Amino acid sequence: MTDDTLLSARGLSLSFGANDALVSVDVDLWPGEMLAVVGESGSGKTTLLNVLSGRLVPDAGAVWYRDPAGKLHDVHAMPAPELRTLHRSDWGFVHQDPKQNLRMNVTAGGNVGERLMAQGARHYGNIREQAIDWLHQVEIDANRVDDLPRTFSGGMLQRLQIARTLVTHPRLVFMDEPTGSLDVSVQARLLDLIRTLVTRLKIAAVLVTHDIGVARLLAHRIMVMQRGRVVETGLTDQVLDDPQHPYTQLLVSSVLQA
Amino acid sequence: MSGLRDDTPMSQVVLHTDALDKSFTLHLQGGVRIPVLAGVGLDLQAGECVVLSGPSGVGKSTLMRSLYGNYRAEAGRILIRHHGAMVDLASADPRTILAIRHETLGYVSQFLRVVPRVPALDVVAEVLIGRGASQEAARQAATDLLLRLNIPRRLHGLPPATFSGGEQQRVNLARGFIGRHPVLLLDEPTASLDAENRSVVVAMINEAKRSGIAIIAICHDTDVRDAIADRLFPLMPLQDAA
Repeated sequence: MTDDTLLSARGLSLSFGANDALVSVDVDLWPGEMLAVVGESGSGKTTLLNVLSGRLVPDAGAVWYRDPAGKLHDVHAMPAPELRTLHRSDWGFVHQDPKQNLRMNVTAGGNVGERLMAQGARHYGNIREQAIDWLHQVEIDANRVDDLPRTFSGGMLQRLQIARTLVTHPRLVFMDEPTGSLDVSVQARLLDLIRTLVTRLKIAAVLVTHDIGVARLLAHRIMVMQRGRVVETGLTDQVLDDPQHPYTQLLVSSVLQA
Repeated sequence: MSGLRDDTPMSQVVLHTDALDKSFTLHLQGGVRIPVLAGVGLDLQAGECVVLSGPSGVGKSTLMRSLYGNYRAEAGRILIRHHGAMVDLASADPRTILAIRHETLGYVSQFLRVVPRVPALDVVAEVLIGRGASQEAARQAATDLLLRLNIPRRLHGLPPATFSGGEQQRVNLARGFIGRHPVLLLDEPTASLDAENRSVVVAMINEAKRSGIAIIAICHDTDVRDAIADRLFPLMPLQDAA
């Protein structure tokens, strides 16, 4: 177990006008670890994800990423091309709406292969082979490789997005409500898939979700946010089974028992 | 019941709690505070089985969950022998607690909670795969254990959500025993089992003890308790806070 974090943030603050989206937020993420960020709509969790991934610049605070060589990078001080390269290689982003990430007029195989090509892969046969392999890993039939994503169901689109994101073996994946728009039956399948892939490939992930059941099944650690602040953080099952903060107690007690 | 006996070598103690307190503050009920545990001092030695006793609601499950780090101890220490050193679980960071659970501390809860859709065999094998065992070796070990617990082969490939209560409990037991953690917490391990399966579990517990595994159990079945317990650890009800 190494004590070097993969990603660290200190004192992140960001306001949109009079609205405090983030107030002095600290985050640490270790390699291979899944961290869930939970809270109701408007609590700042998606803003936090966007700031951590360099897509949004904070008013105060900093985010550092440790590259495979052990060198620290200040995410918001990086030149834009370098950050883009990071997003194409070491990092991945899974959106709630897969259409934000997929190209709808490019085939399923093309969507997966494109990320490999962006990394410099040029051999068509290899790219296609890897694309088919990844479609298989996310349980999409190989004979759909030349179909356009618009012929896919919502669950299949989400799985295609995951294949596209993971094909380059990122070390860190940001996930924004990855199961949020899916039927419950499809959700369970996707959860199992994410959990298996993330564990097998030893990927670290920051997972934003409003569903604490999803957080319980996937995350090692959890952060609870309310009005831009982290009100409680710790081991997932401890925070959910023995919540200390009034807001966490409210959140946990508001879940319907199935 | 607390405190070390003079003839006990310290090296054999695998778990030691010291002045352990736990209460719950219910913020949604006007901040009412419910004290459950106060000053609990418990020692557990390798190869021994201690059964927590006391009336319902006295805090047996709360103590067990605190020992697992599922509940946050309020005061006191929970020392557990992990990789040869005594580590305080009550003040450990989340990653250390996860490492302790991975290698040292196992827990069989009353109810199975797993990812939907995952087959029983994989639920059980996962513990070993997580430690780097090969898929085949882990699945073979899981198959053997499930068969021993009378879960027929035809169920191994199915997700346990559809199983009966007793079958789910046996999957849970298989998952708890497969890792051979040096310290094992068992919460009502035989509650929904028939006589035949109860005796299988009793035999498994006694084998584990002989191999040096230390066990803390909650067990209302007096026959099972007499068959596994080396001693009882009684918990006393606390006065409710004024």
